[in-house]
Amino acid sequence: MTTKAETGNVEKVIFDGLAEVGAEPDDISREAEFESLDVDSLDLVELAQIVEEEFGVRLEGDDLKGLTTVGQVIDLVVKKAG
Amino acid sequence: MSAETTNGKPEGCALVTGGSRGIGAAVARALAEDGWHVAINYRSDSDGAEEVAKEIADAGGTTTLIAGDVRDSESLNKAFTALEGEHGRVLVLVNNAGMRDDGLSPQLGDDAWDRVVDTNLSAAFRTTRRALGPMLRARYGRIVNMASIVGPRANAGQANYAASKAGLIGMTRTVAVEVARRNVTVNAVAPGLVDTKFTEDVNGDALGEIPARRAGTPEEVAACVRFLASPEASYVTGTTLTVDGGLSA
Repeated sequence: MTTKAETGNVEKVIFDGLAEVGAEPDDISREAEFESLDVDSLDLVELAQIVEEEFGVRLEGDDLKGLTTVGQVIDLVVKKAG
Repeated sequence: MSAETTNGKPEGCALVTGGSRGIGAAVARALAEDGWHVAINYRSDSDGAEEVAKEIADAGGTTTLIAGDVRDSESLNKAFTALEGEHGRVLVLVNNAGMRDDGLSPQLGDDAWDRVVDTNLSAAFRTTRRALGPMLRARYGRIVNMASIVGPRANAGQANYAASKAGLIGMTRTVAVEVARRNVTVNAVAPGLVDTKFTEDVNGDALGEIPARRAGTPEEVAACVRFLASPEASYVTGTTLTVDGGLSA
């Protein structure tokens, strides 16, 4: 069973997911860049898995290329779910 | 979030492709003995798969039978999802399904090349890819790929098979380093001549070249898989364990 992807709950799931993969919770925001959060490509793969399990939205390899901030990923998930 | 554990074994299940006979069946039995619920994939040998399931049930284990060609990634994906719903994440994956279609290279047709490479290598990659996400989430996973000593070694008449198995070893190494820090290990087992239906047409003279002077048994290969699939093998990754009676020593 998946949850409906709306900006508020997508943001919560992604913030929680980033903390789970090791980002410092206090540093996580929409504007934060993955590099500054020390989130690498494998962490992003795991984040994509979290998003898929939660919202049924599949992020392919190319989808994440070029995205540098947390907010960009949130917007992409909401857009793909819509 | 780590996988919850019962007696040191994480909660989840195992999947063995090509598990209805030979090495795959022996692997399924061994993993069931270790307490895993074992999903047994098979392409056409439903009698064999049911027999393996019965043996495991008689020994107190549980199985799920999954019919389907490993090259059909859509149906395999559905099987994964169903399995996850009923038995939790697939935490042990044994890519064992394989085939041969031999011929000297000048006469090896495109179809024989494609079918062997698709089954032995490409399908193993797609199954691995499908399994990895949940394993990363679980912070636990064991993938074992059934390679062969043919690949690292030459065997006339098996260019397609050798390419697929050498490719599998390369894939094993690379995926292993990608996911190692999530406690997911990826290894290969490379059997030599093993006494199964798969090798029944192999010339008996080959035995003379094997230092052990005999073919191996499926159980001897399964023992290697069992180790690599165990929680104890947590620091072994990216390697290929050869089980060939000394043939490639």
